[in-house]
Amino acid sequence: MKVFLDLFKDYRFVFSFVVLVFILILALMSFASPFDPTLWNVVPRDMPPSGEYWLGTDSNGQDIFWQATFAVRNSLIISLIAGLVSRVIAILVGMVAGYNGGATDRVLMFISDGLLVIPIFLIFVLLSMLMREYMNLALLGLMLSLLSWPWDARLIRSVILSLREREFTKTAILSGTGTVSLVLKEYLPFATPLIFSTLINNIAFAIGLEITLAFLGLVNLTIPTLGTMLNWAITYQAILLGRWYWVLTPVVLSLFLFIALYWLSVSISEYLDPRTRIQRVGA
Amino acid sequence: MTFLKRYLIPRLIQYVLVIWLGITAVFLIPRVLPSDPVMAMIGMMRARGSTLEPGAMDDIIADLTEMYGLEGSWLDQYWAFWGRLFQGDFGVSFFNFPARVNDLIGNAMPWTLGLLLTTTILTTVFGNIIGGLAGYYSKKPWARTLDAIAMVIRPLPYYIFAFALILVFGWVVRWFPITGGASIGAQPALTWPYIKDVLWHAFLPGLSLTLLGGAVTFQTMKLLVQNVNAESFVQYAKLSGVTEGRIVSKYVIRNALLPQITGLALSLGQIFSGALITEIVYGYPGVGMLLYNSIIRADYNLIMGITIFSIVGITTAILIVDLTYPLFDPRVRYY
Repeated sequence: MKVFLDLFKDYRFVFSFVVLVFILILALMSFASPFDPTLWNVVPRDMPPSGEYWLGTDSNGQDIFWQATFAVRNSLIISLIAGLVSRVIAILVGMVAGYNGGATDRVLMFISDGLLVIPIFLIFVLLSMLMREYMNLALLGLMLSLLSWPWDARLIRSVILSLREREFTKTAILSGTGTVSLVLKEYLPFATPLIFSTLINNIAFAIGLEITLAFLGLVNLTIPTLGTMLNWAITYQAILLGRWYWVLTPVVLSLFLFIALYWLSVSISEYLDPRTRIQRVGA
Repeated sequence: MTFLKRYLIPRLIQYVLVIWLGITAVFLIPRVLPSDPVMAMIGMMRARGSTLEPGAMDDIIADLTEMYGLEGSWLDQYWAFWGRLFQGDFGVSFFNFPARVNDLIGNAMPWTLGLLLTTTILTTVFGNIIGGLAGYYSKKPWARTLDAIAMVIRPLPYYIFAFALILVFGWVVRWFPITGGASIGAQPALTWPYIKDVLWHAFLPGLSLTLLGGAVTFQTMKLLVQNVNAESFVQYAKLSGVTEGRIVSKYVIRNALLPQITGLALSLGQIFSGALITEIVYGYPGVGMLLYNSIIRADYNLIMGITIFSIVGITTAILIVDLTYPLFDPRVRYY
């Protein structure tokens, strides 16, 4: 509890916490939605916001508010899959490369540097263009995870590299600790804050890339996500026709989501890094 | 000589290997995925409503297989693929037939290069100077304000930020054009009105790229400067009465700049992707727009060409940044 009280002294954490709770509630409300998000013309089309349709209705005949609840839920699912799977890859690569060193390290770091340098956005375009007909939430999440681990693997590797030189490593090895348990029990706790903050950044990255791919029409447009909602709004010229409530709903939701995720990761990593914590207490 | 052996040759080998890795990935992706580009193409033709005789269909399949380079075993295809690349031949575009992919990319490249070079230089110069000053004077109100602004801009993805700027400047206050690289019908010429027109159109895309990239450079530079500030040689310089301007420019910023150069090299790929996305949002006639059109029309050759061009271009740019590193850090000598 004390951790929370300390964190709540940071306005950025308070903001992120409130926004994320709001967005989670929104995502959970999708289970109570009176409409099926994949059907068209369930409500009258192109109605402005009113007491009955809180955020109006779109040109496909969907209620924008309820559509947004599904969009938030699906975007979160995609990004969570992407974030968690890529974390597993990053941890494995980072720890194996950092602990083994030598040729293993060089090969793994060559691959991750290669991925880091190549404009992977274009590889995503190529992949999703060819996979468009098979695309679903889980597959999109996996695809995003496969190419977004290199930077984080490098960070984790650098932590392990410095831990390997510490005194307690020798003590552990000499007292008969196996490699696996040494890495998992002794090293992983040191890397946890880093893994957590990269997870949050990765989730934001995945949501952003999904929006971009959806804008290019490279995902399944019948599944509502923040990206596909925006895609439909642009396709139907919602800006030109003055249907601001349709365009602004996904744009404002994603703006808040991105800022909240970033601020959360900054405030937590500042809290976990003792040097900046001392600075804040002193200030 | 040792410079060659110790640094240049390993770095060049790495450069060649990364390009090989990237281009091999581009070769493999369509071949390991379950979808068949030839049948997808025929599906598109059918969807447009063209009916075909059974015999004509076989001819088309054979032609497309040849054009995509899908004849023979994978190994044969791979050799033929590299053979064409070394001749600098990316084939013809399907939907701008018979325009060559090389020419299409060549026409779009100056727009992208212009936008990218200008914004990268602006970002690097201003991001580092302002970030450095804000790090040195981190307690001043203006530094805190800039920091707060960067905290808001930094997390936004290129697409959302560009779109938000369009909504504000293109629709709400209509100061800038929202699409195109120049006014329709303007004749390309080296005259002031044309240049002014191009700059006016480039303003919003350039602004969104500069602000996004600048926020990142600003934040990292501020952090780096704050770390250098705590070093004892800075304290010593202060106590010895070195003027503040000299400390900031010669001692602090110069030392903090070094990791920034490495950072720039590593993020060039992302900056390039971001520029493509920004171009698409603003309808800017560069490589990004070409990519967008080729996605809509499933112009497979063109996408391959753009991807390969970009991989080679980005890795070369990074190599150049890496090789200029000793110019900034006199301690690094490659011999």
